[in-house]
Amino acid sequence: MAEPESIALTVDEIVVRVSPGTTVAAAALIAGSHTRLSIAGEPRAPLCGMGICFECRVAINGVPHQRSCQILCAPGMRVTTGRELAIR
Amino acid sequence: MTRVWDAVVVGAGIVGAACARECAAVGLRTAVIDAAGVGGGATAAGMGHIVVMDDSPAQLALTRWSQQLWRELAPELPSEAEFESRGTLWVAADEEEMREVRRRQQLYASAGVPSEILDSRALAEAEPQLRRGLAGALLVQSDAVLYPPAAAAYLMREAIRMGAQMLPPQRVTALAHGRVSLDNGSQLSAGRIVNACGAGATDLLPQLPIRKRRGHLVITDRYPGFVHHQLVELGYLKSAHSIALDSVAFNVQPRQTGQLLIGSSREFGAEDATINHALLRAMIERAESYLPRIGNLQAIRAWTGFRAATPDKLPLIGPWPGDATFCLATGHEGLGITTSLATARLVAAEITGKASEIPAAPYFPARFLDASRLAPAATLYGEAVRG
Amino acid sequence: MSRAFDILVVGAGPAGIAAAVTAAECGLSVGVVDDNPAPGGQIWRNGAHLPASARRWKMRFEAAPLVRLQGWRIVDRPQPGTVRAQSNDAEFAPDAAARDGADLHYRQLILATGARERFLPFPGWTLPNVIGAGGLDAMVRGGLPIAGRRVVVAGTGPLLLAVAAHLASRGATIAAICEQASAAQIAPLMLNLITQPGKLWQGASYRWATRNSRYLTRCWPVAARGDERLRSVILQRDGKQWTVNCDFLACGFHLVPNTELAALLGCSLDNGFVSAGELMQTSVPGIWCAGEPTGIGGVELSLLEGQIAGLAAAGKTQAAQKLARRRRGALSFVRALGRACRLDSQLRHLAAPETIVCRCEDVPLHALRVHTGWRDAKLHTRCGMGPCQGRICGGATEFLFGWRAGSVRPPLFPALVSTLGGTQAPVVTTSPEETL
Ligand SMILES: Cc1cc2nc3c(=O)[nH]c(=O)nc-3n(C[C@H](O)[C@H](O)[C@H](O)COP(=O)(O)OP(=O)(O)OC[C@H]3O[C@@H](n4cnc5c(N)ncnc54)[C@H](O)[C@@H]3O)c2cc1C
Ligand SMILES: Cc1cc2nc3c(=O)[nH]c(=O)nc-3n(C[C@H](O)[C@H](O)[C@H](O)COP(=O)(O)OP(=O)(O)OC[C@H]3O[C@@H](n4cnc5c(N)ncnc54)[C@H](O)[C@@H]3O)c2cc1C
Ligand code: FES
Repeated sequence: MAEPESIALTVDEIVVRVSPGTTVAAAALIAGSHTRLSIAGEPRAPLCGMGICFECRVAINGVPHQRSCQILCAPGMRVTTGRELAIR
Repeated sequence: MTRVWDAVVVGAGIVGAACARECAAVGLRTAVIDAAGVGGGATAAGMGHIVVMDDSPAQLALTRWSQQLWRELAPELPSEAEFESRGTLWVAADEEEMREVRRRQQLYASAGVPSEILDSRALAEAEPQLRRGLAGALLVQSDAVLYPPAAAAYLMREAIRMGAQMLPPQRVTALAHGRVSLDNGSQLSAGRIVNACGAGATDLLPQLPIRKRRGHLVITDRYPGFVHHQLVELGYLKSAHSIALDSVAFNVQPRQTGQLLIGSSREFGAEDATINHALLRAMIERAESYLPRIGNLQAIRAWTGFRAATPDKLPLIGPWPGDATFCLATGHEGLGITTSLATARLVAAEITGKASEIPAAPYFPARFLDASRLAPAATLYGEAVRG
Repeated sequence: MSRAFDILVVGAGPAGIAAAVTAAECGLSVGVVDDNPAPGGQIWRNGAHLPASARRWKMRFEAAPLVRLQGWRIVDRPQPGTVRAQSNDAEFAPDAAARDGADLHYRQLILATGARERFLPFPGWTLPNVIGAGGLDAMVRGGLPIAGRRVVVAGTGPLLLAVAAHLASRGATIAAICEQASAAQIAPLMLNLITQPGKLWQGASYRWATRNSRYLTRCWPVAARGDERLRSVILQRDGKQWTVNCDFLACGFHLVPNTELAALLGCSLDNGFVSAGELMQTSVPGIWCAGEPTGIGGVELSLLEGQIAGLAAAGKTQAAQKLARRRRGALSFVRALGRACRLDSQLRHLAAPETIVCRCEDVPLHALRVHTGWRDAKLHTRCGMGPCQGRICGGATEFLFGWRAGSVRPPLFPALVSTLGGTQAPVVTTSPEETL
């Protein structure tokens, strides 16, 4: 069986390679990152894995508040964790 | 068993809470009763824009005074009241609206409200998200923003600290001379009864010239820095004050949380809390026409609330000609958060028989009742619209 | 964009798949909207580890003439007979057309929106790598490597075993499985599972797959410890506490039905579940409901309900009634499951005063205690005001204080402001071959 091609994306400027079908949330954890910072500034990471809890929010290509557990990695995607970005 | 109170305030919205605080402050034995908790009515649905408005000299006097009272209170407010001195930008789309900007600046100056005219460039610098090509704006720095339910809760805590009593939640079923009947069958005795039931005031006094005017709001997720001032189109004046029609206007407020509140709509004849999607859409399109990128933000929730509208756009504050024990504090339409503190001062002055700090007569309910005592509200409305 | 269907199905878990396939095979135009990247719902997510029957259903689903809006979520109901959807990547898609929402018109609507886990707050539960049991399962199916990682699985219900078995099969070390219920409480359920081999939850086989792990009843986590992420959990059983080092704590306290869409559409709820009749009809004519929102009963029941709803919505009442008789027998399992997963009242005392209950808005327990109900607490503390709209903290406050989370308002999930406003696009009547 042929090796499925891997997808390269960046999580906070770190290049991560994942196999197709990987969610952005999984990629963020693979990169060793959390996903969002809470209002009080604590790191948070996915809780529900199914689009309900909003703890996995990251910015994708500069667009904030994206639920990374329901979005698949795509080549060249830029993922930013941490505080919400102000303006898009 | 009944107990005699000097004042029973019916309704614990921001107006009732403010009234209770003033009544307690002047030493009246005060009780407050609400069907639910504190600040759960229109107070929980409104925008919390503390704003000077000038539809009439009386409106200007009340909003200006009340805004000053809020500014004096601001240092005492708890952080959850989210008081922020944001300032309002009244946005002018064209030269005609710029003339209105200049007229208003003079009017505000004569009332002691400082304001500043921004030209097209200065406006674009102050709010880069606004569409290009707007004519300018009037900046009213002293306008502010707060979170109304928390402000109401603070006012109620202050009232209680000064001796007022918050009674357990009960719906008031009827008012009679010096008597308040509760849903559980009991009664309260009071020297004066303050009807601060907001848009629900007519349930207890059907003759009041008040109609429910529904409004929609949308809140977004957090986008700190997207806009910096409360942004309102100058056309708001036209739409907010045309009594007869359903209308929308561009009115966007940045909250301390970084969220944006998007308003606003006005409609008569709607009695339930459901969303009118046609109006919601018109409201959003209006906002997008001023802030082209606001459509790209995430909305978290949309809801509606009811303003208590009167035919002449002024609240009903003061004695009720039909019964000497009744005092009204309702009919604040879209300005009840702003004018709650001044309303409370007028109510306390009325109950204690002291002179009020601004002329109180323009807000007296009697203004609607001189011609034909206790005429039904609908007739009054028809006349006002025609007139 | 705008589309019209004879039958629209929301959710592509087992119930939605069964409903859509059944209805499409009756020759009607059918659309399916599901917000996950791939069909399968919570249990039949990606990954090779699916039982044969699941693979068969998914193949029928792929083959059926359906319009699939996979990776789309329903966010509003602008008018009767129409729901509005938005795609998950609408916001950052370079393609401007993808930004527009879609108005989906239907004659019949089948709600198969499934369930989510119930989470209970305890000190440390907001640390990264403290995650739902189903949540970790989903993350692993979404590509998170788990081989060689130490996992404590905790909470309640047969889901714990299912998750532990799956993680073990992927090379995780299951340090412990902690079931809050007592052995006596959980035993009748296990018996039910064993006496119906191959049916419902495959509990016995799961237990076999995790035979090397400790399975502790009346046991739960009392705290999670760590710095940037989880390092260890403190477990408690019979008043005794001990520490277990681990990389993940996968913890869920059974399931909460996703009833928000049903509520927005005006369907009656009964005790937190969507009221559905024999043929899965809700209180609103033309709207049907199948799977977990009507009662938590596992995958077999969801499949059955999906087929009943699919047939009934397609007008095949007799065939639907036949299946409905089979469903009646299976309902005893729903009750058995509910009893087995009843939460120990001691769990109400897990959270400390400063433990965060509302994760979106960082609202601690002590701020909530003084309030009389959900709405009062929400207005004055912001609990439930964040983007999850109380879906997580609501399940907790229901158990802690007996509050039922209040009114559902649009959008159902955060949606673009422009989508909420909507566009006036012409209606396209859809031929089944098209996909979006
Ligand atoms: C969409 C919208 C936006 C707005 N924006 C602004 C703004 O930016 N700035 C501003 O200044 N104003 C604004 N307003 C107006 C403002 O919200 C109201 O004027 C204000 O909240 C009125 O306060 P209230 O205390 O009179 O009424 P409410 O807050 O409605 O309080 C009335 C209370 O009376 C109780 N009650 C009613 N009937 C009974 C009964 N029979 N027995 C017992 N209790 C009863 C209710 O439970 C309720 O708690 C807005 C309003 C809306 C709808
Ligand atoms: C990890 C895990 C393991 C499990 N193992 C077993 C097992 O071994 N045996 C067993 O019998 N049961 C098991 N269950 C329970 C199982 O999930 C359910 O019995 C079954 O999946 C229910 O099917 P459903 O179709 O009702 O819901 P779901 O599978 O939950 O599917 C509902 C779908 O609808 C989507 N959705 C919801 N709202 C919207 C919206 N507004 N717009 C678009 N899409 C929406 C959801 O995202 C989801 O994809 C398990 C559950 C989990 C989480
Ligand atoms: S992990 Fe909960 S929404 Fe993504």
